[in-house]
Formats: sequence, structure tokens, C-alpha cells
Amino acid sequence: MTVPLYHVLVLAAILFALGLACVIAWRANVIMMLIGIEIMLNAVMLTFVGGSAQWGIADGQLFSLMLMALTSAEVSLALAMVVYLHRRKQSVNTDDFNSMNG
Amino acid sequence: MIENVVFYILAGVTVTGTICAITARQAVRAIVYLVTSFFALALIFYLLGAPLVAAFEVIIYAGAIMVLFLFVIMMLELARPEKLPGPRLADWWPALLLMLATAGSVVLLASVRQPLPQAGFHGISVREFSQALFQRYGVAVELISMQLLFALVGALFLGRRR
Repeated sequence: MTVPLYHVLVLAAILFALGLACVIAWRANVIMMLIGIEIMLNAVMLTFVGGSAQWGIADGQLFSLMLMALTSAEVSLALAMVVYLHRRKQSVNTDDFNSMNG
Repeated sequence: MIENVVFYILAGVTVTGTICAITARQAVRAIVYLVTSFFALALIFYLLGAPLVAAFEVIIYAGAIMVLFLFVIMMLELARPEKLPGPRLADWWPALLLMLATAGSVVLLASVRQPLPQAGFHGISVREFSQALFQRYGVAVELISMQLLFALVGALFLGRRR
């Protein structure tokens, strides 16, 4: 494939911005915030794989694999936290969890 | 050359799927759009010469993580009030501002870009990949296994019934 690395990086930047926009716009809903974090991590993985293809070294792909392991750990913990929060207050709205609000 | 066309089509599918996902009014729909986007992204990884990462993207991301999301959404019946409350218009302003900033920086980069060295884009074989993984990064694999174990213990602790 002869797509320049530059275009891959632009695609990754767009995806990262979309994920960030998702986190910021949906900051009242825990599930959608987690989805935004997934999108951002995918953009980072795309950057790693693009660099790996540009320079022909396997390291970028290895880091994307490690990122995947990190994401699965993070998502399992975060969703367990969502279940816990939902059990406490029957809601996943972040505005309901303001008991530490000074 | 056909690969380049496929790449741009897949990039369009990825971005469209992601935009649909972050503007969806139901969490389940957002997940399904996101799975579409991840499939396209997996094909992009394959085109970039990373067949193993593409397979893991489909297996772990689309297959496990998104199904975990769906499982939690359906278990908690979060899809019950059919529409999510949704962000107010005021919530979108900072997001749009950020998008504009990113688009501006991309345009800026495009106007002053240096010609990159032409990519070799030679794929990396599974043998090369696994040799690097288990020889050079053996410690990292051990650390990741411990991290997954800790995540498992944490999830069990959070999820137990009291």
C-alpha cells in the first residue's frame, strides 16, 4: 500500500478528536464516556500501527497489543464500577454521585 | 493502487461510524455503530501490514469488549428509558471547539508538511512479531499478565454481592 503515513496520522487525529468530543459532550453518562475512551485508544493504536508500517519495525504493533490488554483490563474494571454504582443509586448519571461535593 | 482506494473508503466508514456512535441517542445503537467502525479499523490495520493486530481487533475489541458493554447495558436495563437523556446543546460547545482546534492544527500541518520518506509498508510477519514479543519484551508480557490478574481481582471485588 502506498498511502503516506501522513494520511494515516490525520485519520488517527480525527478519531482521537471524535473520542475526546464524545467524552466531553456525554460527561453525564458513564457508559458513553467509556465508549469515548475506547475510540481514543483505538486512534492511538492506529498511530502505533502506522508507524510500525512506516519504519518496518514490529515494536509499534507490540505496543498496540499491549494497549489492547490495558484496555481490556480498564474496561472490565470500569464496567464493574458501573455495575457497583448502579446497584447503589440505580443510576449511571454522574450528576447523581455528588456526595463529595463541598 | 486499489489498496489506496480501499484505505480511503475504510477511513470514511470508520469516521462515519464513529460520528454516528457519538451522536446516537441509545447506548445499544452506539455500540453497534462502534462495532462497525472497529471492523473497518481492523481492515485498515490489515492493510497497514499488521494481520495479527487486525485479528485481535476483531476478536478482543469487537468480540469481547463491545459485547461486555452490551452485556452491562442489558443487565442494568439502561436501555429501558428508550432514549438517553442526551447531552444538552451547551454540552456540545466545548466538544465542537476542540474539534475545530484539531481540524485547524491538521490543516496547519497539511500546509507546512515536509515530504515524508516514502513508506516501505512491508508487512510484519507473525514470526517476526512473536519473536519480538517474547524475546525483547518478555518482561512486558509478564507485567501485562499481572495487570490482567489485578483487574480480575478488582472486578470480582467490585462485583460481589453484599
